[in-house]
Amino acid sequence: MLQWVAQIVSAALVVAFLVFFVRNVLRAAQVRGLSLSFDFMSQAAGFDLPESPISYTPADSFGRAFLAGLLNTAKVAVVGVVLATIVGTMAALARLSSNWLVARLASVYIESIRNVPLLVQLFFWYFAVYQQLPPVRESIVWPGPIYLSQRGLYTVAPVPTANLLTWLGFVAAGLILAVAAHVVLMRRQMRTGQDTHYALISFLLLVALPAAGWFLVGDPPLLTDEPVLGKFNFTGGLRLTPEFAALLTGLVVYTGAFTAEVVRAGIMAVSRGQFDAARALGLSSGQTLRLVVMPQALRVIIPPLISQYLNLTKNSSLAVAIGYPDVFFVGRTVINQAGRAVPVFAMVMAVYLVASLATSALMNVVNKRIQLVER
Amino acid sequence: MTTTHSAVLRPPAAPGPLEWLRKNLFSTWYNTVLTLLAAWVAVSGVRSILGWVFFTANWSPVAGSLKLFAVGQYPLDQIWRPGAIVLIITLLAGASWRIFGGTVRTFALALALALLVAGLLPVRMNLGLRLWFLANPILTGAGYLAGGLRLVRTRGLAVAWALTFPVTILLLLGFKDSAWLPRVATGVWGGLLLTFLLAVVGITASFPIGVLLALGRRSKLPVVKTMCILFIELVRGVPLVTILFMASIILPLFLPEQIRIDRVLRAMTGMTLFAAAYMAENVRGGLQSIPRGQEEAAKALGLNGFQTMALIVMPQALRAVIPAIVGQFIALFMDTTLAVIVGLVEILAIGRIVLNSRTDWLMLDSEVFLFIAVVFWVFTFSMSYASRRLEAALGVGKR
Amino acid sequence: MVLAMEEIRMKKLSLLVFMLMVLPLVLAACGTAQECPQCPACPECPTCPTCEACPECPKVAAGGQIVAAVKARGKVVCGVHTELLGFGYLDPNGRNVGFDPDFCRATAAAVFGNSEAVEFVPLTAAERGPALQTGEIDLLVRNCTWTSSRDVQWGNFVGVTFYDGQGMMVRKASGDTTLEDLDGATVCVTTGTTTELNLADAFRSRGLSFTAVTFEDTASVYSAYEDGRCDAATSDKSQLAAVRAGFANPDDHVIMDITMSKEPLTPVVPAGDDQWFDIVKLTLYVLINAEELGVNSANVDAMKGDANPSIKRLLGVEGSFGQEDLGLATDFAVNVIKQVGNYGEIYNRYMGPDGLAFELPRGQNELWSDGGLIYAPPLR
Repeated sequence: MLQWVAQIVSAALVVAFLVFFVRNVLRAAQVRGLSLSFDFMSQAAGFDLPESPISYTPADSFGRAFLAGLLNTAKVAVVGVVLATIVGTMAALARLSSNWLVARLASVYIESIRNVPLLVQLFFWYFAVYQQLPPVRESIVWPGPIYLSQRGLYTVAPVPTANLLTWLGFVAAGLILAVAAHVVLMRRQMRTGQDTHYALISFLLLVALPAAGWFLVGDPPLLTDEPVLGKFNFTGGLRLTPEFAALLTGLVVYTGAFTAEVVRAGIMAVSRGQFDAARALGLSSGQTLRLVVMPQALRVIIPPLISQYLNLTKNSSLAVAIGYPDVFFVGRTVINQAGRAVPVFAMVMAVYLVASLATSALMNVVNKRIQLVER
Repeated sequence: MTTTHSAVLRPPAAPGPLEWLRKNLFSTWYNTVLTLLAAWVAVSGVRSILGWVFFTANWSPVAGSLKLFAVGQYPLDQIWRPGAIVLIITLLAGASWRIFGGTVRTFALALALALLVAGLLPVRMNLGLRLWFLANPILTGAGYLAGGLRLVRTRGLAVAWALTFPVTILLLLGFKDSAWLPRVATGVWGGLLLTFLLAVVGITASFPIGVLLALGRRSKLPVVKTMCILFIELVRGVPLVTILFMASIILPLFLPEQIRIDRVLRAMTGMTLFAAAYMAENVRGGLQSIPRGQEEAAKALGLNGFQTMALIVMPQALRAVIPAIVGQFIALFMDTTLAVIVGLVEILAIGRIVLNSRTDWLMLDSEVFLFIAVVFWVFTFSMSYASRRLEAALGVGKR
Repeated sequence: MVLAMEEIRMKKLSLLVFMLMVLPLVLAACGTAQECPQCPACPECPTCPTCEACPECPKVAAGGQIVAAVKARGKVVCGVHTELLGFGYLDPNGRNVGFDPDFCRATAAAVFGNSEAVEFVPLTAAERGPALQTGEIDLLVRNCTWTSSRDVQWGNFVGVTFYDGQGMMVRKASGDTTLEDLDGATVCVTTGTTTELNLADAFRSRGLSFTAVTFEDTASVYSAYEDGRCDAATSDKSQLAAVRAGFANPDDHVIMDITMSKEPLTPVVPAGDDQWFDIVKLTLYVLINAEELGVNSANVDAMKGDANPSIKRLLGVEGSFGQEDLGLATDFAVNVIKQVGNYGEIYNRYMGPDGLAFELPRGQNELWSDGGLIYAPPLR
């Protein structure tokens, strides 16, 4: 009975608060002339974006600018998550290394990076590192050709031709065969205990088939578009801007340090007996790590790793400080230029919320599958 | 690659330096390569950084604006107020050193020593400031002596520390129409002072809210439970910047005209709500770590639901999550830098202000940002050091 | 463990809660929609219970409300820049200084006779509009360009204090002199400003291509430009001049002889209080007329005895120019001039030959009588 009263009271409080809030919103909207509609999203934006994965000019709409920002966020988040995982794992292994100097360096990296605000680090990467590269006329040239300067990294871009589709068939075949070989041979190794070199064989398949296909289809499936130095800058080719590079480096280095601690905790959580047993069975230290330690450590690692990935995505909103046009950056610009704070802000929040909830839902599925292995 | 576990196998006698080198740095060919590579990275990195710090860099914007970095625009004639707060802290640190020892001693000593060195620096400094610096280590000593007295007990000290917080706020804020403690508007609080205040207020105020949210999330009342889950997940799902932006720009648009909330308070509210969602998850982790047996035993002893929670479960749960809360405090301390994006003049904003205050300083951003990074590093590193010691002392995870 | 909705029961409940959340929204929407048309006489107060109650409704910002609030507070709350050299920045002691804060001080001197009765609120570009709309500040003097849409949305624009125009800075070595030379260039610009829009307009209208590199923070824009990230930097000419003076080699950079837009920098007050609007306007007129009449902070007391009736009226010795009607002291101009100086003194304090910030010739900001655009209605 008491519980029902408590329920009703709490529900009433929530409703009362919401009524108060919503009435205020509507009233304020009317009194202050704030428009709550999304109509303006189709108006011309009028401002340029430094970079966009889709074609965008100032004549395009606010909506398209917002979409460009959204895709920029997705780009940096996806690449960042992959790289941060690699960096974090390597740093964790280095910190656990028996080599004293390597372990020390790794812990200096982890401890100094974790203790300095990301925003400060982003400023550092952008202004003290990427802006100190040579000017565009004195670009560093690497084979490829790859041009590296303050304006970013320019390299050849692939341009598809008519043969691309046929060639992609070879790539797909290589991929399927490689996966199949990996599964079949690994099963056999598990069964017979004989080394079937499954990793090597599947890798060869993965490389050889597309390579063969390249020559078999006749004309090359991809042509190259080389960047050309114009009066001010390179035109054409593939471009990686310093803003993107700085944000990515900052996020990867920062999140990598946190990931390293997560991975280390996971490895430490595997009991010593497992290492000893693996060694007694004659596994090399690489095999011990890959076949014995990691599968067990992953169970401990995955949940905190998810929150690190989410943190990386959310932290990408700091791009606003170094001029990378992510969704928060574009959102703020739209608020300034269109004067519609509320609808734009609701959209920005919704983007992050959906990304967060989707990632954690996905990762929960992965997590459940890994946990099932538990005995 | 082997792991540190091999260290346990080491013979009890300490190996000689050569033996140590061979074993830890040059045991195999690839270890030797790694060592040489790492040594090269370390040496060249340190050399270029030191070369820049001592020869290339121009530190005048930092040296010329220390007051701004410390307290922002806090009026010069009232500057004794933040000064007095530091004095209270060093005094209490001294007393805590005597009573708690261990890590607290390290900290009290480090703080006193740092201030003593600052007070003895052979640079031009006004007499009042120099005396203030020197008063700090003296007060630490006095606190240490007072800590030996009978009437100063652990509990009394805890109360004194707890009182420091409201005293700090009152002292900084002052009173309207007061002659000797005039009101200082929050708008002029800035620099490191504001950074600390934002973090401390955020973590302190978020604690009760976080505990309530955690309990609400475990509640059997579906409405309460759903609201708590919604709040926690919504807040955790968005970046802090967006919450700050909302608190500082969107919220005032929607409050009735009669209600005006102070800017700094708005940012603090945003930070508190953000921290509360994370705090709730920390506390929930602690609650989950308490075996059901505890609850059942409490019931068997005839305690009611509230008593069980307040006397049995919560104290154990909170003890288990203290390190996590310290970790969260460190994160929040660093997150205060985001307030710069909504126009609060915390230390990073001061950095930008200083850069823009003279034409010849405009391009010295590396120096200013490095200085800010070092300031943060000093505080957060010592806090995480303390948290590790605390973890060890509490024996979390060892039972 | 996001949204622990493993139980079906929870799903139903969350649906219920969702409906509970949506319901008030619908109710409130209906409520206001029905009430408004019944109260045509009271558009500002759509939520009042009945039309009879309308007259008692608090008006959002009725005449004199801001003045009353300012007087009760004893301070003028003024939104300013803190990171723009010359216009709004901090001195080493943390005092707000610059062309804009000094206008706030002049207003405070007019109302209270004390130029220090000001509370400065540092605002970011994004906060300017909302801060005016919510009435958080009494006065915005933050290097703000007067545009028609801002005039409609934000509040009342008092009068131009500084005529600026958008310029373009390039490296001298490049030899570029016109916008056409900059086809394909990378340009550094501050985001969220009119500058950003003008840049796009100027290039598009000439059919030129460009890449914008945008930052929130002014210092970042010029850091990036000087480092070489951009071929050009664009902003108000006054700002470009300030920044150029701070470069390691100022002579390596030139400000191109083009003006891409009109940038009338203007103080703004919240809408709804004509009395306050007039007080701020009058303060501006006093500053400009004082310079015109040769009255400055050094000679203001001596000038009280001057024979010129215009000066006598300005200093409240004889006659009136409306100050009493606004509730100001008869001789409020004396306080303003003595404590802050006239328009020219404020300008020279920061941007004159020995200015604190940098040197910028007055150009368009000379008095109208000297061939410039600075002009104020006569005080009479």
